[in-house]
Amino acid sequence: MESMTISRERELTSAAPVRHSRSVDAAARRTAFWFVAPALTLMGLVAAFPIGYAIWLSMHQYSVRVSGLSRFVGFKNYIDALASEAWWQAFGQTFTFATISVSLEVLLGVGMALLLNLAFRGRALMRSALLVPYAILTVVSAITWQAMFDPHLGLITEVLRTLGMPGGDTIWLAESGYAMAVMIMADVWKTAPFVALLVLAGLQVISSDVYEASALDGATKLQTFFFITLPLLRPAILLAAILRLLDALRVFDLPFVLTRGANGTGSMSLLAYQQLRESRLVGEGSALSILTFLTVMVVAVIYLRFAGGNLRGTTKEKI
Amino acid sequence: MSPRRPLSPTATRVGPLLWTLIIVIMIVSLIPFYWLINTSFKVGGGLSSAALWPENPSVQNYIDVFRNAKFVLALRNSLVVSVATTFFALLFGATAAYALARLPLKRRGMILTLVLSVTTFPVIAIAAPMFNLWSQLGLYNTLLGLIIPKLTFTLPLAIFTLTSFFREIPTELEEAASIDGSSPARTFWQVILPLAVPGIVTTGILVFIASWNEFLLPATLTSTPDAQTIPVAIAFFTGASEFDIPTGTISAASVLVTIPLLVGVMIFQKRIVSGLTSGAVKG
Repeated sequence: MESMTISRERELTSAAPVRHSRSVDAAARRTAFWFVAPALTLMGLVAAFPIGYAIWLSMHQYSVRVSGLSRFVGFKNYIDALASEAWWQAFGQTFTFATISVSLEVLLGVGMALLLNLAFRGRALMRSALLVPYAILTVVSAITWQAMFDPHLGLITEVLRTLGMPGGDTIWLAESGYAMAVMIMADVWKTAPFVALLVLAGLQVISSDVYEASALDGATKLQTFFFITLPLLRPAILLAAILRLLDALRVFDLPFVLTRGANGTGSMSLLAYQQLRESRLVGEGSALSILTFLTVMVVAVIYLRFAGGNLRGTTKEKI
Repeated sequence: MSPRRPLSPTATRVGPLLWTLIIVIMIVSLIPFYWLINTSFKVGGGLSSAALWPENPSVQNYIDVFRNAKFVLALRNSLVVSVATTFFALLFGATAAYALARLPLKRRGMILTLVLSVTTFPVIAIAAPMFNLWSQLGLYNTLLGLIIPKLTFTLPLAIFTLTSFFREIPTELEEAASIDGSSPARTFWQVILPLAVPGIVTTGILVFIASWNEFLLPATLTSTPDAQTIPVAIAFFTGASEFDIPTGTISAASVLVTIPLLVGVMIFQKRIVSGLTSGAVKG
């Protein structure tokens, strides 16, 4: 419809060159509007509007069991949540999980990217192998690592037992600390390859001139890495780290499948979910989910403030 | 961007130490999935042994999976939801990305901020409102009720990936089409879109995987097998009784849902790598 009207308009005006170009501009602007409208409407309706509704819910005492019971309680749900041990536990456990797993993912990801950037037979094979964890559902990755650490049929527990090392007779998911280790392992295994691929793409666009220049200046390999490669990789590494960090702070599937949040493996999202779905406490659960939302936002804003300058170059390219 | 470019001039000879490292990394990447396959062929007493190879390999677990009506329904639901999500994410994502990349658009900065902020959104934040709204609108526990929010949360991925693909198409084509009297919309559908097919396929794969993998929305917005998707079915898999945890069957189900994805990823691996990294690290 739109395009037909526009083209008819253009036929009518094509005789006058000045008006022609103005109408082309107007047509392009109108097309641009209609092209972004569906996506923006959806994001407004399904992301922005519900957040407002969630804030409203979080300020009410609301029960699904006794339907229709709803009264305004102000910030009570937030005060209760912030005074509760459960929230701070979930908060601490989420940050422990996120910091350790993202650090490991970045370290291993950069290492694997450097390896993948070397010339060796079987490089393509290694890249394919790294895509295997990517193709696996997060839920399945949880089940996979559950199987690896199973006290009876697990490979890792079996190896530890055979070697007589500690952990062989441990029921990993039933002990705090150990359970967190399994969760981190599952996350690092699934997502370090993603970091590696992002960093590898960053490595491959570094011009060889830079390396030649540094070789001419007599730089050692180590110097070249720390003073040339690493600074040039900064944007790629920072981008991979923020993407991973935001995901890790929202973690839900892994603790849900592995432990249902028990044994020190809770997460903010999981706690909010349990209040909402299992305890049916809509007001309290909404307050917890808004707190989760705010926490993630604050981390994103702080990260962008400190790393933004380095990221901006890449985001601008991206956009 | 192609990973198979000539070997980098910085390439060093790979010594035995690096070879060991490479082999260890490959083993670590592959062994966990092998272990899942291994477990899926174990039955009875085999399920309490950590044998590297099932002693009496049996396909019983796989038969059980297909006899499980919940799983078969979940497979259908996941397919319908992910295909529909991918289709609409590509349609709305491609038009939005083209407008962002090439057309004179007002408030471009604000739109990009909105799209970016949706990517940082914790899905849990909209769980309660969506649950209430969908219950009132009759969309709770329906496939449509899953497609709408999943579409919203995959749109940013589609928009960002496609924008970088559209940027790579030379502007001369649009100029030529415009001189020939084609409207911007017609130029997009008839000239640009056919050229962007590789980018669209790549984006489609990424969106499909993201939608297939996502767990929190179906966990919140469904209650019965009629609308549950694969991740939910696997997470809530129960055996004959609700308290029996059927390790073998869960493993078999997990292997089954992974194989098609794995095949797809291997076939399209170059595209996926370029899609994952497109735009992110250019210049």
